[in-house]
Amino acid sequence: MNLTTALARFLIFPGLLFAVPTAWFFLWVERKAVARMQGRIGPPFMQPFYDFVKLLGKDTPPRTGVAGLLMKMWPLIAVSAAAGAVGLLPVLPSSGGFEGDLILLLALLELPSMCIIAAGFSSRSIFGEIGSAREAVLSVAYNVVFLLAIVSIAASQHTFRLEALAQLPASPLRWLGVAAILVCLPAKLHLNPFSLPNAEQEIYSGPMTEYAGPELAMWELSHGLEWVAATGLVATLAAPHVALVWLAVLLFVAFSFFVVLLLSTLAAATARLAIDTTVRFYWQCTLIFAVLAISSALFMRLRS
Amino acid sequence: MNLWNRLMCYCRRRSPWLFHMNSGSCNGCDIELIASLTPRYDAEQLGVRLEGSPRHADILCVTGPVTHNSVQAIKTVYGQVYGPKAVVAIGSCPATTNVFIDSRTLAGPLNKHIPVDVFVPGCPPRPDAIVLGVAKAAEILAQRGAQKPAAAPAAAALLTAAPEAIPGPSATAEPVTVASAPAGVSAPAAREVQP
Repeated sequence: MNLTTALARFLIFPGLLFAVPTAWFFLWVERKAVARMQGRIGPPFMQPFYDFVKLLGKDTPPRTGVAGLLMKMWPLIAVSAAAGAVGLLPVLPSSGGFEGDLILLLALLELPSMCIIAAGFSSRSIFGEIGSAREAVLSVAYNVVFLLAIVSIAASQHTFRLEALAQLPASPLRWLGVAAILVCLPAKLHLNPFSLPNAEQEIYSGPMTEYAGPELAMWELSHGLEWVAATGLVATLAAPHVALVWLAVLLFVAFSFFVVLLLSTLAAATARLAIDTTVRFYWQCTLIFAVLAISSALFMRLRS
Repeated sequence: MNLWNRLMCYCRRRSPWLFHMNSGSCNGCDIELIASLTPRYDAEQLGVRLEGSPRHADILCVTGPVTHNSVQAIKTVYGQVYGPKAVVAIGSCPATTNVFIDSRTLAGPLNKHIPVDVFVPGCPPRPDAIVLGVAKAAEILAQRGAQKPAAAPAAAALLTAAPEAIPGPSATAEPVTVASAPAGVSAPAAREVQP
C-alpha cells in the first residue's frame, strides 16, 4: 500500500469521509432504539448532525494557561485517535506496505478513554474528577477481559495482523473471543449498565461537565467514531471474508449496524450498576471465560 | 445571511438542550417537565435533551418562585450557560410568584434577576404547554444566534464552589456579580398581576 492508498483509507473509506456520517448515523440509531424500546418516537434522522452543528456555533469557554491548552487538546486527540482506529479497520484488501496490526488498533481504541480521564482531571471540576476516577476504574475492569480476548483470538489464529485475521476462516475460539469483546463493548462505549463515568443523575456529565460548544462537539464526534471503530472491530472479526469489495463493505456495515442495535437494546433494557458491581462482574464472572479462552488458545498453539 | 448562518439557525431550532433549575418549586412543575420527555409527550422528537451540565445547555428551564436562597444559584447557573441561550420560566411561580406573593422569603419573580424569554403559565402547566414553550424558546434562540454571531462569552461561573481552584474559565472571564437581595425586599411589580 503506497501513500495514496493509505491516505485514501484514512480520509475516504473506512476513514473520515465514511466514518463521520456513519458515526452520526450510529448515534442516531442508539437514541432511536432506546426511544422505541421506551415506547417513544425518538429524535429525527438528522439529529446528531443538528447537535454537532449547533455545538460548533456556541460560544467557546475562555481557557488560559497550560491547563486550558490541555483541555482544548484532549477532545482533538480523542477524535484523531478514534478516526485513526476506524481507518485501520481491514475492510478493503490492501496491497502490502503499512497496514497496522491489532496492537495499534487497540492502542488507538484505548486513547479516547485515556483522553476522557485526563480531561476530567484537568477540568478540575469535582464532578469531572469523580467521573474520571470512575472511568479509570472501569477501564481497568474491562480492559483485562478485552485484552485477553484479543490475545486469545490472535494466539488461536497465529497472527496479530488485521488483514490476515479478517481473511482467515473463523475458529470456535475466535467466536468465544468475539463474545468476550461484545461483553466489554457496553463499558467501552459508556452504555447502560456500565454508564458510570457519565452518570448524569449522579455526577452531572462526569468528565464532560466543564466542556461546552465546539469542544463538546468534538467529544460527541469522538464518541460516535468510537462506536464505528468498536463495532467495526467486531464486524471485521465476525463477518465472513468475501472477495467482492462491495459485498465486503455491505457486510461490514450490516454487521456493525447489528452490533449497534444489540448494544442499544441492551442499554435501554438495563439500569446502571454501581461501580463495585461492575468491577466484580468483569473481574469475577467474565474473567473466567477470558482466561479459559486464552489458555485453550495457548494450549492449541503448543500442540500444533 | 449566508449559507452557514442559515444552517446554524436551522440546527439551533432543532436541537434545544435543556438544563432544569429548581428555584424553590413545590416539585409540581418539575414533574411536568419530566413528563414532557416521557412517551406520551416525547419532546425528544424536537431534538430536546435534558442535560446534566449547564455548560452543555441552550435553554435554561426555571421552576419555582425564586427564594432568597436560590437567587445567587440562578445567576451563577445563568452565567454558566454559554450563549446563545434562552430562558423559559415554567409555571406561574417564576412569572408572578403565584400564591406565595408577598412572602418575605421570596425574591421573585424571575425576570427581576435574569432575562426571561418565554413564560409558560399554569400551576402546574400541562406538559404539552411546556413542550410548546421550549419550541418557542428554540425559535427565539435561532433568531438570537443569527443577530449576533460573534457574541461575547457570557460571564463564566463555575459549577464547583471554589472558583480559584479551576484555572480554565475563571481566569479570564469576570466573575458573576451577584446582587445581594436586601432582606426586606417586597414583592415587585407582579403585585398587580393576578396569580
